[in-house]
Amino acid sequence: MIKMNMLQAINSALITAMDDDEKVMVFGEDVGHFGGVFRATSNLQQKFGKARCFNTPLTEQGIIGFANGLASQGSVPVAEIQFGDYIFPAFDQIINETAKFRYRSGGQFTCGTLTIRTPYGGGIAGGLYHSQSPEAFFAHIPGMKVVIPRNPYQAKGLLLASIRDDNPVLFMEPKRLYRASVGEVPEEDYELPLGKADVVKEGEHITLLAWGAQVEVIEKAAEMAEKDGISCEIIDLRSILPWDAQTVSESVKKTGRLLINHEAPQTGGFASEISATVQERCFLYLESPITRVCGLDTPYPLAHEKEYMPDHLKTYEAIKRCVNF
Amino acid sequence: MKDRNHLFDVGISHTVNIIDKGTVDIPMLQILQPDGSAHSDADMPDISQDTAHKIFQTMHYIRVLDERMVGAQRQGRISFYLACSGEEASTVGSAAALSDNDMIMSQYREQGALAYRGYRTEQFMNQMFSNKLDPNKGRQMPIHYGDKALNFMTISSPLATQIPQAAGYAYGQKMAGNQAITICYFGEGAASEGDFHAGLNMAAVLSCPVIFFCRNNGYAISTPSSEQFCGDGIASRGLGYGIKTIRVDGNDVLAVYLATKKAREIALAENCPVLIEAMTYRLAAHSTSDDPSGYRSKEEEQKWREKDPVQRFENWMKSKGWINEEQHKQFIEQTRQEVLAQMKKAEQVDICAIDDLVNDVYDTPPWHLQEQLSQLKKHISLYPEAYPKTAGRIRHD
Repeated sequence: MIKMNMLQAINSALITAMDDDEKVMVFGEDVGHFGGVFRATSNLQQKFGKARCFNTPLTEQGIIGFANGLASQGSVPVAEIQFGDYIFPAFDQIINETAKFRYRSGGQFTCGTLTIRTPYGGGIAGGLYHSQSPEAFFAHIPGMKVVIPRNPYQAKGLLLASIRDDNPVLFMEPKRLYRASVGEVPEEDYELPLGKADVVKEGEHITLLAWGAQVEVIEKAAEMAEKDGISCEIIDLRSILPWDAQTVSESVKKTGRLLINHEAPQTGGFASEISATVQERCFLYLESPITRVCGLDTPYPLAHEKEYMPDHLKTYEAIKRCVNF
Repeated sequence: MKDRNHLFDVGISHTVNIIDKGTVDIPMLQILQPDGSAHSDADMPDISQDTAHKIFQTMHYIRVLDERMVGAQRQGRISFYLACSGEEASTVGSAAALSDNDMIMSQYREQGALAYRGYRTEQFMNQMFSNKLDPNKGRQMPIHYGDKALNFMTISSPLATQIPQAAGYAYGQKMAGNQAITICYFGEGAASEGDFHAGLNMAAVLSCPVIFFCRNNGYAISTPSSEQFCGDGIASRGLGYGIKTIRVDGNDVLAVYLATKKAREIALAENCPVLIEAMTYRLAAHSTSDDPSGYRSKEEEQKWREKDPVQRFENWMKSKGWINEEQHKQFIEQTRQEVLAQMKKAEQVDICAIDDLVNDVYDTPPWHLQEQLSQLKKHISLYPEAYPKTAGRIRHD
């Protein structure tokens, strides 16, 4: 194994997928010769040619519409939306087309081979339009899968699984980890399961749940809480849709408490769905109310980024409130 | 052709030279005059008697189908229908110029193209009655046809979404080395959507072998084209994207056939999109939920009835001596009976099993769908009389 950052791991996954199947095509704004604004697609055009890795015009609805057509034809498109904030012009194509292709045609046609990659999340001084976490919008759409890795090892394994999954997948990459997160990644081909949460650390008193870059935030809060004698179980959800309610519920039944942390605004965020499901399944096991530590219900700010973020300190305080309820 | 897409390639003027919308004046290809006689100097398509006959029969077939199904909707037997009267030449003529391997991505008024491909009355009925033989498994409104075997993509209701998809589909065909193209139908109203502009631009830039076929039928529901866009129709938009473009008389089946044949050759040989704007008129209402008398005059409709594409082609066929009146009458009568018989048959078929409510959302239903289905089945068993279509057919796993 060699050390890679998350971008290198994503690049390695794309090369692996394109080597493995000539129907895989990678495209989006600036992804060609330049390799994408974050360089996740570096060297792909040189290696696989302009027909399989190419720039598109600046039109997100065009990119996803085109990708839907390609996927329904039997190709394996990996379409990049340069920032999660800019996925909304493509919302109709994703919601009404990508997600419903198979259902509306009774299984005759499908966009199952499509993977949409997009960087998301804050912590990079990106302000309003380079920091959003739109996962909850897509969690509401039957027919999609939504997957988020937390480190380079997961990024490669989950991306390869997403590309090969027979359902359309929205693969959201926590961009503040692109270069910050470094770890060992196998050079060979491997996949990690979609729809399966990862128990990062076992504990007794409270379950802490997050995904993407927020996993390291709850890990940091857990370290602080452990010094107070609070033992935290840490779960990385990894897939938002379908999500692993079983692993989460089992953990909550054991610890009796649940804290969910996400960057997106709290109201209607995915934490709401998780809390509702967990209280249905674990009502008699709960020792305290399910707690959410989320972004504020405001657009993402630039100057007050630190204040806005559901950071380790806010999480630590919430853990104590929960345990001392 | 010179590309003028950057500073270095642009000519210079020293006077204020504002381009007016009138500078583009794209002519319309017409072969048959409204009375059905061919213009003496027209390029005639090389069309066999068999092909001409199949076009002729398909045009008549969908006229009968439309008439019967609008009636069926009025009787409350189906919830919705869209007729294509007035536009038969556009869809049947273009479909006749294609190869069976070409993909058809349609909007919702192209039953002529589908019938030409060989979709049978029984199949039309099963879809419209959303019974268990409907390939869509009863999930979409009537007229949302689709047939993989006939290379006809299942129709989606949201307008224009198929346009960028057609570019992508065609790119995939090119990459796979298929000797096939994609044809994408839409109305001039759909050309106002963002997907139209995104799709044309992508197809041009990425060299996609696709025919964009616009049925400019004058109305988007109730809004006339004069209130939808300015400039020289939809054809001028193709020029703006650097796309080879032709405008045809959409009520002249020979002109549509010839233009599409040529467009197909170009798309395939040069790996590029071609835009066809067919100038036609929606004689029918937008749908069975629509009453055109609220927004246009009988006189206007009458003016267009005189340009009836079916009559025009019939006159030409007669001038060639290619119609046997007796056989034609028989065909119409048989078609009427077949439509009625298949309608009665389709009405009697059950809807799909309740499991199909959750099938096809994903390749296999995930845990949450399985859980919801099993809860639903238990509930239906509790109140069987409230769910008569499925209660007797539930299987508990």
